[in-house]
Amino acid sequence: MENLAALTEEALKLVDSADDLAALDKVRVEYLGKKGLISAQAKMLGKLSPEERPAAGAKINEAKQQVQLRLDEVKARLERQAIEAKLAQETIDVTLPGRARDTGGLHPVTRTLERIAEIFAQVGYEVAEGPEIEDDHHNFEALNIPAHHPARAMHDTFYVEDKHFATTGSSYVLRTHTSPVQVRVMETNQPPIRIICPGRVYRCDSDLTHTPMFHQVEGLVVDKNISFADLKGTVDQFLKSFFEVDAPVRFRPSYFPFTEPSAEVDIGCTQCHGKGCRVCKYTGWIEIMGCGMVHPNVFSASGIDPEVYTGFAFGIGVERMAMLRYGVNDLRLFFENDLKFLQQF
Amino acid sequence: MKVSESWLREWINPDISTHEVIDQLTMAGIEVDAAEPVAGAFSGVVVGQIVSIAPHPDADKLRVCQVAGHPDGAEVQVVCGAPNARAGLKVPFATVGAQLPGDFKIKKAKLRGVESFGMLCAQTELEAGDDDDGLWELVEDAPVGTDLREYLNLDDTVIEVDITPNRGDCLSVRGLARELGVINRLPVTQVQAPQVPAVIDDTLPVTLEAGEACSRYLGRIIRGVAVDAPSPLWLQEKLRRAGLRSIDAIVDVTNYVLLELGQPMHAFDLAKIDGAVRVREARVGERLTLLDEQDIELSPGTLIIADNRGPLAVAGIMGGLASSVTAQTRDIFLESAFFNPLAIAGRARSYGLHTDSSHRFERGVDYELARTAIERATGLLLEIVGGQPGPVIEQVNEHLPQPAAIELREERIASGLDIQMDAATVEDILGRLGFTETATSAGQWRFAAPSWRFDCSIEADLLEELARIYGYNRLPTKVPGQSMDIKPHTESRLKLGALRRHLISRGYQEVVTYSFIDPKLCAQFEPQIDPVVLQNPISADMGVMRTSLLPGLVSTLRYNLNRQQQRVRLFESGQKFVPGSGGVAQEPTLAGLVYGPVAEESWANESRAADFFDLKGDIEALLGLTGQAARFDFQAATHPALHPGQTAQLLFEGERLGVLGALHPQLQDDLDLPEGVFAFELSLKSLLSARVPAFTPLSRFPAVRRDLALLVGRDLPVSELLASIKNVAGEHLSDLKVFDLYMGKGIDPHRKSVALGLTFQHPSRTLNDEEINGFIERVMDHVTQTYGATLR
Repeated sequence: MENLAALTEEALKLVDSADDLAALDKVRVEYLGKKGLISAQAKMLGKLSPEERPAAGAKINEAKQQVQLRLDEVKARLERQAIEAKLAQETIDVTLPGRARDTGGLHPVTRTLERIAEIFAQVGYEVAEGPEIEDDHHNFEALNIPAHHPARAMHDTFYVEDKHFATTGSSYVLRTHTSPVQVRVMETNQPPIRIICPGRVYRCDSDLTHTPMFHQVEGLVVDKNISFADLKGTVDQFLKSFFEVDAPVRFRPSYFPFTEPSAEVDIGCTQCHGKGCRVCKYTGWIEIMGCGMVHPNVFSASGIDPEVYTGFAFGIGVERMAMLRYGVNDLRLFFENDLKFLQQF
Repeated sequence: MKVSESWLREWINPDISTHEVIDQLTMAGIEVDAAEPVAGAFSGVVVGQIVSIAPHPDADKLRVCQVAGHPDGAEVQVVCGAPNARAGLKVPFATVGAQLPGDFKIKKAKLRGVESFGMLCAQTELEAGDDDDGLWELVEDAPVGTDLREYLNLDDTVIEVDITPNRGDCLSVRGLARELGVINRLPVTQVQAPQVPAVIDDTLPVTLEAGEACSRYLGRIIRGVAVDAPSPLWLQEKLRRAGLRSIDAIVDVTNYVLLELGQPMHAFDLAKIDGAVRVREARVGERLTLLDEQDIELSPGTLIIADNRGPLAVAGIMGGLASSVTAQTRDIFLESAFFNPLAIAGRARSYGLHTDSSHRFERGVDYELARTAIERATGLLLEIVGGQPGPVIEQVNEHLPQPAAIELREERIASGLDIQMDAATVEDILGRLGFTETATSAGQWRFAAPSWRFDCSIEADLLEELARIYGYNRLPTKVPGQSMDIKPHTESRLKLGALRRHLISRGYQEVVTYSFIDPKLCAQFEPQIDPVVLQNPISADMGVMRTSLLPGLVSTLRYNLNRQQQRVRLFESGQKFVPGSGGVAQEPTLAGLVYGPVAEESWANESRAADFFDLKGDIEALLGLTGQAARFDFQAATHPALHPGQTAQLLFEGERLGVLGALHPQLQDDLDLPEGVFAFELSLKSLLSARVPAFTPLSRFPAVRRDLALLVGRDLPVSELLASIKNVAGEHLSDLKVFDLYMGKGIDPHRKSVALGLTFQHPSRTLNDEEINGFIERVMDHVTQTYGATLR
């Protein structure tokens, strides 16, 4: 049995020196396998007396366990090392830029329009749209702006040749505001009406602060007992919500043929907070939108009884809102479509 | 309109600052565009007179003046370079120690060796006007030695107001004063227009022949006027501060009355009027040479002033040249009339004219003002140019406006403005504004509008007046109480925003281009369409309404390529305007464009250029959003702007929605663009309808895939092959994909190899080999017979 100790010693040495799993397995087979050198010691037990056998058997088992234990240890170590080696080999530079799938973006006008629409959607305004080439009736007449009315000079109107239009006799214009959409909605719906009309509008004017095309959102609320106070509150809350600022809002009497009373709305300069700066031309106020109570003539022209219903309307210049909100200093940038500009939004 | 504060204060002088005046006007609805001091900040400038003048010994352009007016009383030597310097001239004289605008202090100086004690000034140097031709020439009777600021009343502000079209009544000093009077509860100065008694009996017959177009006409002859008499300084200064140039005394007076009272007037040379003054409509073929020397053909219906021979003036707009007052004029005929706004509105513009007179008549001139104005003008004329006035001739017809009678209900004030305004306040505000109460009953009034208010005819107008004077910002504020009704919510409708965001996530940048484009560009893209033409475009290259969004996108591409962009993906949504038999279709459209590498340049990305199938893949992804991609179909097609071999049309159940493809090489060449531009344009109509998902039970049984590589003719559209396979493969074909396409070496040059993956699955059991083989056989038989396909 001295042999057992030597074998064990030998096996342990080999286990310790195995440098991969295959070598380790070879040692296991060689010593602990069915025909392994240590297992073979059991065959010797037959030669021993029955009294000696248990002790000798136990010794063999002990030796096997000792070797097996060491085997397990080394196996675990080697496995760990193998994984570590694999991981090391698979390591990448995670700081390299990702496989670029660039994204585009919304035009700032659309972004602003969506923001305005979302704010009004909160309280149930629906979006209504209409044609951009309008007939004179919807753009002017139905809005209480008869032909030759001096107010038409407030709208530098684009006129289109009417040869393509089905109804002759009427003249066609590029809509100068989105108010005709309100008329179209009132012609086909009875109150309560609560809509906003976003879209492109056109004025024949082009300089530093005017582009011949721009965007407007007109709002219209018609119901019983809608008052000037409702208009003021709506406009006030909208502006505070849009600009996310608790700036003062003031209403100045003004004139639009389709509203009466009419008002221009100023908001306390968001730049200088009323102290006076270039943005507000040192007045502390920024003119931001027009509004008013729907003129009874407009109701009558669209088939709504002005004795029963009242309403208010407002018009927001989208580019102006975007310029103030995002600090854009040149209106013309919106339509140059320079990607370097657009990608900022 | 410009008006000086000092003139305004002659009419109403509330004890408030300039700033407060401006604020009051603004908050009453009279927008103040600008308020500028009449002159710059300066001091130490007096009225000087050049007593004598001599050449400078050492400089051609300089002269040495002896100037009177120094506070010490002594004559002072001043070197001056102004070309209009001459002996006797009265000019602004900045004495030593004077402070000029721009913090410029006048000191004793030596100019080319000659001593100079002060400076003679031009208007611009004092920031008192635009005239920089030389020294500011003061009038002959200017008192030498007087402080210039004091003499010319230069501590004054020019207020420029922007009057909205409804407030024609505010287009005068009196009108603005009236507003300020109402706000400040102060009386306004009464017009100084005593009746001027006639000295002579001369009159002209005046007839009103145009019905309601002219319902009141006043005239007066003044004989023996001295047209060369200069306008006095006060008159010139008032006009100057209102932005008008002094012309001659007669024109100056009529302009003055226009500014002061708001009544446009006209003076004719009496000698040029043949027999009578007739207010009538122009007849066909009549012509007139206007004061501005423009010869116009009068359109019938134009209101004119005529004599027995023919037209003298376009009523309310502009006088004629032949009957105008000239240096030879001895006797004049003065006109002060009421022309109906409707008769004037639009007329001036139709002749390309816009005058101070037409501006006022279009908006409405007080129909009770004509007599006051003619007396006022006569009085001033007699003071300045002398002459003998005849009696005032007045013709009025039955069309003279009546004051509008307006009902006002207390209950409407409460519901419209959300305040309980007591009767006293209502009556006070409207009374101050000039409304007369004509009837009162419980909770109700009737008011007559003042003759100058053309904007007040209904109850809402009175509500506005009450709100305006009470103060918009003092009125209460709330929001509409709204019902909590829940409205139907459509799921079968896709929002444009969803499509936009999808394109964005695939790298497209949204743009917004003009709806009007260059007609040439329009024709290059769609020569077959005759676009809608603008009658008055901003410029020729924005002359027609787009019939497609593609020209705008391509122009935007070029703009960005010129700015060093290498890779461009754009989209736009908006209307296009396509004329057709039923009028002009204004179609909501979505269009996009790709150019450049398929992905951004990167260590990890492919660098190949994007092609047709990249674009098509993007569109298929959009169709995927609708949940009903199967209802759409792509077919080879043509479009004038696209490559004939690389264009597809997109169909929705057979209806053409639009196209996609490569830009036509010819167009690309013409537009000087690089190769590899792919674009799409789709009608949004069907793209925005979506399918509401409907669940189909999942099969728990295995799917089996078989691959087939078919050799078919090169011209056979793969979509056709796929469609017909789907037809015959049976209901258990659950997926069919093209996983490879090969043409070239090793196969018949007229054929292509299409490798297909067919997946079969049964909902309730496992399909056996025999069944699958049966399906495949059916497919093979069909494609062999129909397309001559063989297995590769």
